Amino acid sequence: MPTSKLQGQIKGNINWFKFAAPQRFYPLAGKLVPWFTVIGILLAAYGLYLGMWVAPTDATQGDAYRIIYVHVPTAWMSMVIYVAMAGWAGAGLVFNSRLSSMMACALAPTGALMAFLALWTGAVWGKPTWGTWWVWDARLTSTLVLLFLYIGFMSLHAAIDDVRRADRAAGVLALIGVVNVPIIYFSVVWWNTLHQGASVSFKGTSMATPMLVAMLVMALAFWAYCIALALMRVRVIILDRERHTAWARAEMGVT
Amino acid sequence: MTSRPTSTGGLIDGFKTVLRRDLRVSLRRRSDTFSTLIFFVMVVSLFPLGVGPEPQLLRTMAPGVLWVAAMLASMLSLPRLFADDHSDGTLEQMLLSTHSLSWMVLGKTLAHWMSSGLPLVLLSPVLALQFDLSASATGVLVLSLLLGTPILSLVGAMGAALTVGLRGSSVLLSLLVLPLTIPVLIFGAGAVEAHNAGLGVAGHFSLLGALLIVTLMAAPWTAAAALRISME
Repeated sequence: MPTSKLQGQIKGNINWFKFAAPQRFYPLAGKLVPWFTVIGILLAAYGLYLGMWVAPTDATQGDAYRIIYVHVPTAWMSMVIYVAMAGWAGAGLVFNSRLSSMMACALAPTGALMAFLALWTGAVWGKPTWGTWWVWDARLTSTLVLLFLYIGFMSLHAAIDDVRRADRAAGVLALIGVVNVPIIYFSVVWWNTLHQGASVSFKGTSMATPMLVAMLVMALAFWAYCIALALMRVRVIILDRERHTAWARAEMGVT
Repeated sequence: MTSRPTSTGGLIDGFKTVLRRDLRVSLRRRSDTFSTLIFFVMVVSLFPLGVGPEPQLLRTMAPGVLWVAAMLASMLSLPRLFADDHSDGTLEQMLLSTHSLSWMVLGKTLAHWMSSGLPLVLLSPVLALQFDLSASATGVLVLSLLLGTPILSLVGAMGAALTVGLRGSSVLLSLLVLPLTIPVLIFGAGAVEAHNAGLGVAGHFSLLGALLIVTLMAAPWTAAAALRISME
């Protein structure tokens, strides 16, 4: 394996590649999953309490705005996960490490789910505020395209029988997509826009503090949820691909 | 390949050989080119039947309809870009050759554009007549297609390289490539709409040109990498 050479070179300080082996990562992921699950549930409970009871009613949008506590975190996660997925896929191509590609595969369905939820909650929010379920607006369209890119990644991976070839081909596709995402984003922004501008930016915020705090807590809850879900899925993928090895068979209780 | 290229000719040699060969192949299989063209004409002609013959409505729809039909028509011919060479083993020989694979992919892509994209561009003024577009709007449409269809072939080459030799690859190919070509559709059809609205078209053409340059630099190289992955 090419990683073992690298592993030897930088063994002096920290062994960065210790957990690059699926066999070692499997138990680590198993230990992390309960932590992220509990953190996600607690944060979601606290964030929903803040969002539903503590945060004030919006002056113009009434109580309908409260969907942002799901809508904005899912929209953020759909983009973050795509970049993370492309990053893992790229690492898989460069280092030829199997675990990186497995992580990319594990992230894709969660990212697609987040993109779908962002579109769904956006439609639910759009009906009372814009009076329509769907408009061909820049953000809606680019999120829809993002969903298509996730579906393309998963379809290409599923269409190739040889897993390692599937990893590389889907990895190339993920990288093409990540280059194209900003282009798509700006093309649709210039094309048409109705979606409100971002309320939160690095320059400051146009939201009331309790609303912002509730939204950020919910965003962290979604981070924890997505990490837990990706780790659970990568465990299944590891077992599936290592099913011929002794340790995986022992893990599954097959002799 | 029919003629064995010498390795002393530099980068361009493989490009020229592949381009000449692919053009000759497409000239000998004229029915492929014609079926793509007829598909384009039929899809465009179906729209007035579907939405009604109101001239004002047709004038508004024309750029979008022609552009979408051109995209679908170029998707139709994409699976053949590498599939035939893959099935008869030519692709393996190309990978083994000492010439730059990226340049050969560029040659194949250019041949694909000349045999499927360029005819669409040349035919589009006739179809614009059916939609009652003004002469100047037709000119803008033809120019936008001229700049945009090579991007479709280049992006399509990446998709075709990724899906070469797969089951049901033609549907998968459209699924992968169409989302990536959305900017081309937006700026291509947008140029004609901007012209009809009395706005300048320079911005749209500049963006299309920029997209063409970026894909021209990146796509052959990426498609060559994808071919190596597909063929290993």
